Amino acid sequence: MGEKEKDKSRRKFLLDFGALGMGSLVASSLLTESCSKIGPGPGKKVTLLNSKNELVEVDSLYISTLNKNLSPNHNSEGRKGLPGKKFVLVVDLGKCKNARKCMDKCASVHQLRPDQHHLNVLLMQDSEHTAPYYMPKHCQHCDNPPCVKVCPVDATFKRSDGIVLIDNERCIGCRFCIAACPYTARSFNWYEPKDAEKYKDVPYNIELNVPQKKGTVTKCTFSADCLREGKLPYCVSACPNEVYYFGNVYEDAVTNGTTGETVSLSGLLAKNSAYRLMEDLGTAPSVYYLPPKDRALIPEKDNENNSDDIKRKS
Amino acid sequence: MTDLYRKEEQVKKEQLQEIITDLTRPMNNTGKSFKIWIGFLLILICAGGIMYFRQLVNGLAVTDMRDIASWGLYISAFVFFVAVSLVGSLISAILTLSGIKWATPLTRIAEIVAVAGLFSALAIIVIDMGRPDRLLNIFVYGRLQSPIVWDIIVVNTYLVISLLLLYLPLIPDIALLRKNMGHKPKWQQKMYKILSLGWQGTQDQFKLLNLSITALMILIVPVALSIHTVTSWLFASTLRPGWDSTIFGPYFVAGAFMVGTAAVVIVMYFIRSQFKFKEYITDYHFNMMGKLLVLTSLLYLYFNINEYMVPAYKMKPLEGEHILGLFTGDFSLMFWLVQILGMILPIILMIFKPFRKAKPIMIISVFIVIGAFFKRFLIVVPTLLHTYLPVQNYPESYQHYNPTLAECTITAGSVAAVALVISLFIKLFPIIPIWETAHEKGISNETINN
Repeated sequence: MGEKEKDKSRRKFLLDFGALGMGSLVASSLLTESCSKIGPGPGKKVTLLNSKNELVEVDSLYISTLNKNLSPNHNSEGRKGLPGKKFVLVVDLGKCKNARKCMDKCASVHQLRPDQHHLNVLLMQDSEHTAPYYMPKHCQHCDNPPCVKVCPVDATFKRSDGIVLIDNERCIGCRFCIAACPYTARSFNWYEPKDAEKYKDVPYNIELNVPQKKGTVTKCTFSADCLREGKLPYCVSACPNEVYYFGNVYEDAVTNGTTGETVSLSGLLAKNSAYRLMEDLGTAPSVYYLPPKDRALIPEKDNENNSDDIKRKS
Repeated sequence: MTDLYRKEEQVKKEQLQEIITDLTRPMNNTGKSFKIWIGFLLILICAGGIMYFRQLVNGLAVTDMRDIASWGLYISAFVFFVAVSLVGSLISAILTLSGIKWATPLTRIAEIVAVAGLFSALAIIVIDMGRPDRLLNIFVYGRLQSPIVWDIIVVNTYLVISLLLLYLPLIPDIALLRKNMGHKPKWQQKMYKILSLGWQGTQDQFKLLNLSITALMILIVPVALSIHTVTSWLFASTLRPGWDSTIFGPYFVAGAFMVGTAAVVIVMYFIRSQFKFKEYITDYHFNMMGKLLVLTSLLYLYFNINEYMVPAYKMKPLEGEHILGLFTGDFSLMFWLVQILGMILPIILMIFKPFRKAKPIMIISVFIVIGAFFKRFLIVVPTLLHTYLPVQNYPESYQHYNPTLAECTITAGSVAAVALVISLFIKLFPIIPIWETAHEKGISNETINN
């Protein structure tokens, strides 16, 4: 065995062990000291993203470059759904007091500008003689999504767990999905995104849909990053008024984000005569609404800035 | 006998020389007005280019498009350019295949209008993209489910066939230019030499050429219909009121034939007056183009009645809101100006023969073309502003769409580019086919070849 061959096999050995994680990384880097094919000099700290999506600092001494063929799309895992899940959101319109904690939380985690909405609380009035009510409106994560159909590059897609996401590293900015969405659920980065400079070096996370990228479309993710960790979506847990239930259709269970109480989905929907928005369009949304009866707060049209554009839902 | 034959041959030769001199006149005489015209177009294009550079740096925020009106002037212009380009197939294929002889001198005008329109259509659609740097994603990740991908396929197919239909009938003319353009700069002579593909004008070559042209003419008809049908599906394939229509395909195609015919009339008029082509583009041609324009406009009127009257009768809530916005609301002034000055009045006027004379019909055509541009705007924008759900928690300006200076300048630049391509073509190639004109005057191939 020549010197070269030896080197190769040692590298292969290191590669195999490198995958075991930080512990083995440290061990292997000790072994590779003689190879000295490592980053900048000792003492320098390097920021890395680990598999838990946390930013960690490591001394550059302990880093060795693994010559492994990584998947070209690091977010490819995010394109698949969580197995055995089909997510559903239930919005109790009777409970909404327009507190907007959900909107604020959403805008902050998704780094949205004030004129961008993944989630928008609307003041609705179905007809002249019916009472107005507040309606939080997310992306409906349709099972027959008109937006996904029209995307020319597969940038926006539907996962097996029902979530519709968008890949901001692939989107070409044609805005066909915005035009096609009957729920006005999507937003475009017309401007340089908020805090673009601050997040310049942060790697893109497809499930969180950040950092935002100029010239691409952004949308509600059902907080897919939270769901992967078994947590409720940001908006659901931010609500102080027990408006949101979130859960898994296959388990027939939804959990209230405020009280933490878990109830039967089918029971909740049946008891309250739940409905979906624009059922007749055939988009098959994953968001259910419980009609606004026994409301805690009946909104008055006059003290709203937007009262001129209250419409019936179709 | 041979003397008589020789004499006749001599007459024919002189006749041919006259035709060549006449038809190459635009290439040889470059007047001051032409230079001013080109300068004007270049200024417009440069202004558009500067504004586009600004857009590249600052993003689409330089436009007035926002989350509600997410498409605007650029997409309207795209539909307009695709519409204009459809006339290439109408005049050079549909009319020719139907055995209509009068259209022969106009085929090249129609084809160059089509090609120039397509260039600008392709440019403006890239200008509209949020991430033009990712253009290649369409080829890397293209999905056949998306109407955009269908549009890219058919528009590019149409461009290739149109270029061939422009180029193939040019070959014999380029061979003539090779002999007659000795005074032109070297690069131009070299270009003619290369482009003439060693054309000799033999019987076999003509046979092959005619066969190829016929095949292309048949091929271009379905492709032409599909480019505008598919472009209409960009809208009709959505659930939005005002777009969710089953007649959008034929409605767009009819409108395209109308605006394209009008565009050709305008180009015809300026070529005729600029280069004194009265003998080649006659009053008869304008009269016939006027009749064709009445026909296509009536067809478009028919589809307009269908498109607006039926939903207006039913007044389904959202459709009704959209229709009322056009009839009496924010867009009513533009809507009625477009419908009356750009369609109804021209039809009524052009029914009468005096209005089918060169100048009146050119003026009418200008109204039709301008009207057609705003008609595309009225198809694209109002629907986007009429959302199913209320527009709330957005800045007030999101309820409206008023194109910014940047958008208007870029769009004007793209229109100027169409005019520039046509103008430069006239300077480099005979805009009226020489050999086809000679053939019609009974000059044989042998005479042309020698």
